[in-house]
Parts: sequence; structure tokens; C-alpha cells
Amino acid sequence: MRYEFDWGLLWREPYFGWIVEGILTTFHLALLAWVLALFLGILIGVLRVTNSRLLRAIGATYVEIFRNIPLIVQLFLWLYVVPQMLPRDFSFWWNRLDHVPYWTAMIGISFYTSARLAEQIRSAVRAIPPGQFKAGLSTGLTQVQVYRYVIVPYALRIIIPALTSEFLTVFKNTALALTIGVIEITATTRRIEAWSFRGIEAYTVASLTYIATAIMVVLFMSWLERRYQIPGLIKRDESRL
Amino acid sequence: MDWQVVIANFPLLMSGLAKSVQLTLVSIVFSLPLGCLIAIGRLSHRRWLRGACTAFVNVLRSNPLILILFWFYFLVPLITGRNVNDLTSIIVAFIVFFAAYFTEIVRSGIQSVGAKQIQAGLSSGLTYTQTMRHIILPQAIRAMLPALITQCIVVFQGTTVVYIIGYSELLHTAVSIAERTVRPVELYVTVAAIYFVVCYGFSRVARYFEKEAV
Repeated sequence: MRYEFDWGLLWREPYFGWIVEGILTTFHLALLAWVLALFLGILIGVLRVTNSRLLRAIGATYVEIFRNIPLIVQLFLWLYVVPQMLPRDFSFWWNRLDHVPYWTAMIGISFYTSARLAEQIRSAVRAIPPGQFKAGLSTGLTQVQVYRYVIVPYALRIIIPALTSEFLTVFKNTALALTIGVIEITATTRRIEAWSFRGIEAYTVASLTYIATAIMVVLFMSWLERRYQIPGLIKRDESRL
Repeated sequence: MDWQVVIANFPLLMSGLAKSVQLTLVSIVFSLPLGCLIAIGRLSHRRWLRGACTAFVNVLRSNPLILILFWFYFLVPLITGRNVNDLTSIIVAFIVFFAAYFTEIVRSGIQSVGAKQIQAGLSSGLTYTQTMRHIILPQAIRAMLPALITQCIVVFQGTTVVYIIGYSELLHTAVSIAERTVRPVELYVTVAAIYFVVCYGFSRVARYFEKEAV
């Protein structure tokens, strides 16, 4: 293998500026998509455990559709198909926005993630003993209040490990946004490689970004898990780490 | 809307689907055994082996597939010292990447069988390899079957990523037809439907085995 390394390249312009911009784009895209996905995912997850058969069916259909179509295909649908379905005025307004691919990626990733989150939330809610629900109702809370004050806070704690891995999935999935033209960190390093033929140096930057983020998120979430744990509720499975 | 385009190009789309399925199968056939080996390595009592296997899994799992694809696309010709065709790099990347995910499934499957069975196997005079081969793995495979099928769906969905390199699997085929005919809406809806049917069908199979296992 003959390859001359030139790590200094990464600190030279224009590459350094590109890298900073790429990392920032990856981060805010992931965070925005995550917030929206969490909101949608909780909504759909709760739909899937209500008593109404209609609402459950709506929730199940949503989950199956968004889970069984690959994310890249979904991004294409959001970019090329959905604007055509909308009222003409709205699609004019939409297409005139700056950074349309960025917003499209954000919407696409969050809908895709919300379906996965909804499933995690459903299984977390199922893990709650039904007695809790009945106890809530019998103390005079309405069904909505039981969810708001008993079930959801309880379920949130149970799903922390699942949330950790879902967040890291979102973070990795932002790389797919490059297929619709978002220049995040993977696209940036691809570009550096194309300009300089220094693939190893460039891809190392991207890989280290993902690895470092994964380590930080895992550490933060396990701290969070310990901080908010209800004693006796969750037995941490030590053998899995 | 003009669905005529889709009907006219349907055979082309199906040959794209065949390539996606081929890539999926080749990846699974090689990455599953590799995953089994690494899983056994992760559970080894030799610290260096355990450390190396754990590092392999964690590094690959924290990177996006598309980046791993770029890595191998760049590295494979460099390491082998000659130009290889695109498909070789793609297949190597897929095998290595998904082996990490299969490792985790196999490991938790093995752990679900429990250490006592290993001890029992060893004390009845079997070697470690025999214990794994005849006692642990048959039970573990049954326990992890639903997760394995789900992971196969993930591999299938993952093949869409190679569209970026220009390998003519289903998505790439659809994109080129869409560009040629200027009918993106019809084609992307069709492709989404095809992926949905395949993935949903297999997720039902996974669901079936999940119920069987309980």
C-alpha cells in the first residue's frame, strides 16, 4: 500500500472551513430532526396504546409506512413528490425558501425516526404494569391526565437506553441527507477527497466526528439514566455493556 | 399523472430489484458467519480478543453506512493495489458493516442461553468449539431469529445507499428512468411501494417467529 499522508491538509483553507461547516450542519440537522421526531413519536406512540380502535389503526398504519420504506426513498418522496401534491401557492412559497434540501431532510428524517420512536414508546408503555393506569383513574384523574402525569413520565425513564440508540441513529442518518444535496460532514469529506485525493485523512475526520459524538451521547445518557432513575424500577442489565 | 411510464419500465425496475436482492443476500451470507465469529470473540475470556472485537463493533456501529461505503470505495483499490470494480468495494463494505450488527444480535442470543449451559457442555467432555456448535448456537439461533430477520430487512433497505456510487440497483434504476422520462412522481411512488411491499412482507415473517418463540 503506497500512500503519503498529509494530515496538515485538514487545517488548510478551504478544507478547514468546510469541515467546521459540515460538522455544524450535521449537528443542527440531527438536533432539529430529533426534537420534531420526539414530538411526533410520542404522539403516535400514545395513539398506538389508546382504547380507540380507530386511533390505534391510524398509529399502526403510520408506523408501518414510515418504517418499511428506506429513508433515502422517503427523502426523495419529500423532495420531489410531496410539493406536487400540495396547493400551488404553498409549493411556490416552499420552493422559494432558502435551503430547501436542508428542511426536506429535516422533515424526512424526523418522520422516519418518529415511527421507530413510536414503537419504542409503545413497548415502554406496555412494560408499565396496568395497575398503575387503573390506580391513576381511580384517584380521579382523567385519561389524559393519567398519561400526562403517570404513564409518560414513567415510560420516558424506561426508554432511555432505546432513546440513546435512536438518537445515534438519527445522527448517523443525517449522512443520507447528502443524497438530496445537503453538505453535512460526510458530504464534506467526500468533497475534500474529490478535490485533494486525500481520502484517508478526509474520512478520518468524519469517522472521528461520529465516534466522538457516540461516546459523548452514551456517557450523557447513562448519567441521565442514573440521575432520574426510580429506585427499584429498572434493573440495569450490566452484562449488555 | 402518467402511469404508462411505470408500466413500460416495469421489467427494468424488476431487474433493479433483483440486483438489490442479490446484494442483500450476498451481504447476509458472508456477514452473518463473520458476525458469529466476532460475537464469539466478544465473549472470549482472552482480553485482547474481546477488546479487539468490541472495538470493531463499536467503531462500525457508530459510523453511517454511507461513510463506510466511501471508506472502502477509497481503500479497497489502495490496499489491493489495483483497480477493482465498484461492486467488489460495495460488497466488502456491506459485509464488514453489517457483520458488526449481526455480532450484536448473535451475542445477545448467545447470552440469552446462559453460561450454565456452556459449563454443562464443557464438563460433559465437549470442547469449547463443540459446545458452541452443538449446544449453544442451535438454541441461540432460535432465540435471535426475529431480530435476524429484522436485520435482513435493514440490510435490504441499506442497499439503497449504493445508489450514490451508481450501482444500478432498484433505486438507481428508478432515478435514471425518472431523469430520462421526467416523471419523478410516478417513479418514486412506485419504488416506495415496491420497497414497502417487500419490507412489510418480511416484517410479518419476523412477527410470526416472534410469536412462535414466546
